[in-house]
Amino acid sequence: MSYPIVEKKELAPNTVMMQIHAPLLTKKIRPGQFIIVRVTPNGERIPLSISGWDGDKGTVRIIVQAVGRTSTELVRLNRGDSIEDVVGPLGQPSHTGQYGTCVLIGGGYGTGAIIPIAGDLKALGNKVIAIIGARTKELVLMEDELRAVCHRVEVSTNDGSAGVKGLVTDVLAEILKQEPVHMVTAIGPVPMMKAVSEMTRPLQIRTYVSLNAIMVDGTGMCGSCRVGVGGTTKFACIDGPDFDGHQVNFDELVYRQKMYIPYEKKAMELCACK
Amino acid sequence: MSGATSNKDRMQIPLQGMPEQEPDARVNNFSEVPLGYLEAAAWTEARRCLDGCKAPCIKGCPVGIDIPAFIKKIEERDFIGAARSLKKYNLLPAICGRVCPQQEQCELVCVIGKKGPAVGIGRLERFAADYERMSGLIEVPEVAPPTGKRIAVVGSGPAGLTGASELARCGYKVTIFEALHRPGGVLVYGIPRFRLPIDVIDNEIEILKKMGVEIICNAVIGKTLTIDDLFAEGFDAVLIGTGAGLPYFMNIPGENLCGIYSANEFLTRVNLMRADLFPESLTPVFLGKKVAVIGAGDTAMDASRTSARLHPEKVTVYYRRSREEAPCLPREREHAEQEGVEFKFLTNPVRFIGDDNYFVKAMECVKMELGEPDASGRRSPRPIPGSNFIEEVDTVIMALGFGVNPIIKETTPGLETNKKGVIIADPATGRTSREGVYAAGDIITGGATVIKAMGQAKIAARAIHEYLLSKASTVTA
Repeated sequence: MSYPIVEKKELAPNTVMMQIHAPLLTKKIRPGQFIIVRVTPNGERIPLSISGWDGDKGTVRIIVQAVGRTSTELVRLNRGDSIEDVVGPLGQPSHTGQYGTCVLIGGGYGTGAIIPIAGDLKALGNKVIAIIGARTKELVLMEDELRAVCHRVEVSTNDGSAGVKGLVTDVLAEILKQEPVHMVTAIGPVPMMKAVSEMTRPLQIRTYVSLNAIMVDGTGMCGSCRVGVGGTTKFACIDGPDFDGHQVNFDELVYRQKMYIPYEKKAMELCACK
Repeated sequence: MSGATSNKDRMQIPLQGMPEQEPDARVNNFSEVPLGYLEAAAWTEARRCLDGCKAPCIKGCPVGIDIPAFIKKIEERDFIGAARSLKKYNLLPAICGRVCPQQEQCELVCVIGKKGPAVGIGRLERFAADYERMSGLIEVPEVAPPTGKRIAVVGSGPAGLTGASELARCGYKVTIFEALHRPGGVLVYGIPRFRLPIDVIDNEIEILKKMGVEIICNAVIGKTLTIDDLFAEGFDAVLIGTGAGLPYFMNIPGENLCGIYSANEFLTRVNLMRADLFPESLTPVFLGKKVAVIGAGDTAMDASRTSARLHPEKVTVYYRRSREEAPCLPREREHAEQEGVEFKFLTNPVRFIGDDNYFVKAMECVKMELGEPDASGRRSPRPIPGSNFIEEVDTVIMALGFGVNPIIKETTPGLETNKKGVIIADPATGRTSREGVYAAGDIITGGATVIKAMGQAKIAARAIHEYLLSKASTVTA
């Protein structure tokens, strides 16, 4: 089996949007789910959030940032190239429902994953506010598309080159002052998700985070992705990836994500893709 | 010549040993350890099988192979005939000859085994199957004329492969759905290559394809498509053979530290993803200097022997009961011991201790003693108060058994399971609570052996055939 890339667009340096033709797996996708890809025949399996899909065309959309060997090899592929393996949709769908006002926060390439969730929440009658966080203006992703499915979109950049100067939590703090918020979902780097959860915890606002743990099979078979949630161990692949942000042991997640860093460096050094 | 051999003479023939790679050599490779019989040894071993024996071995086999029949073919030097005789009952003899627990099944009840070593039935099975494969004279089983009916098989492990093959032979158009990127299930991700070479599995899968079976990888039934979707897409029946793919942990402190794996993860990284070849293969596996394997089943032996091949300083198996209760096959434990694996019995971890980077650096253990027999008939272990001690370890592999994967249960309304998530199926037919849905293998037992899964798959395939025949006759009537 191989899965052709039918569209590729550079969104920011080292960050691309790809549409992959994978008709079998587009039939059942729900917002919040992910796929696992294996780019080459000797490749590792890595999970990627789904940022959109088209059941008629049989395509699934991902946003990928070149970080390690596998993501770099993937980002270097072009339209017409194929990915060795794509499997999904995996994981539980997001907790969409009728909440009232929802704030969806996307950090970096995590912004792609909040688009389908925003669309669902809006269709269900919620007021949907999105916050996009990035280091600088050129890294602000998917803003126009997000505006189409949200009532309001705010941007924060570390350097102030776009939107509010500061972090997504600065914007969130403002919104929380302005109006009652009933649900928050944050998808992005762990420190961001942790900071958001800490901010909403005292306010008892329901907060979901999407955990990007290391996975192998993605179907509950290996336990590589186990995370501490509320004092018990969960598997991010089948119990998540979304969990109650107030219950997640983020520190453990960070440590576990770093487990293979020496190996990742070595694999990167040997990569023709550098 | 062979016809003239009396049973008295037969009983004088010693058990033919099977050559093996020496331990010093084999810990440096992932090639198969037992090298198989040569023709002369196979022929001699076959002559140990008594004439006119009542063959209790046939009943000892979960798939009911006519064991004396194939052994007599070997004695007649009709090795291809032996393989074909085996395949009437078991389509995967090269696999079963290697991984079946023969000492608990056919060889356990072997008549000459009462007075000495039993006939090496597994070794002979392997010999015949390998002979056929190496000869290139592999016969693709005959397939009945198409029935026009389609069957979905979920999972491509022992149950799925066997069920698919039986159903294809009956003339059904069979499609196997496999969640991983390569077919074979536990045979590929779980059982190490030094016990079951990959070409043996690939060969069986090629035969299935020649029989017209379609295999779709990267399809997680319950996620990519549900069981109901399969019926909606026109499948007439479904056979679920998804195995027991949910690793158990101990739920003790520190279990999520880096460097602690389930045996499933460790073995999948090495067997399926080839982490032993990193960085040529891009999946890494972390293995420190002191490896602890928790548990003493066959999976624990596979994990400890795989570890030994990645060259840590030390591999130790910790088991809470004693050597006698260890559920692994004795030959696997012997192989592990030969490869330098140490065993600490009556020892159980109670917590794991991490370093500043959240990697495991030690585990606290407690000494155990054996009390009264429990429900399994084995004496139940209990901790000896105050016997706690610290073991320095930097890699831990948990081989504590498996639960059942919840994905199909969660997404298939009306499919009844027990509290543990094991699909409830009629043992005589594999039939589940959903019409047209049958199940076989670890998904209905919660965890057993390759051969038992295959036996159940044969039963379920026959039941599916009967179900579809009776349905067809009702419709026409």
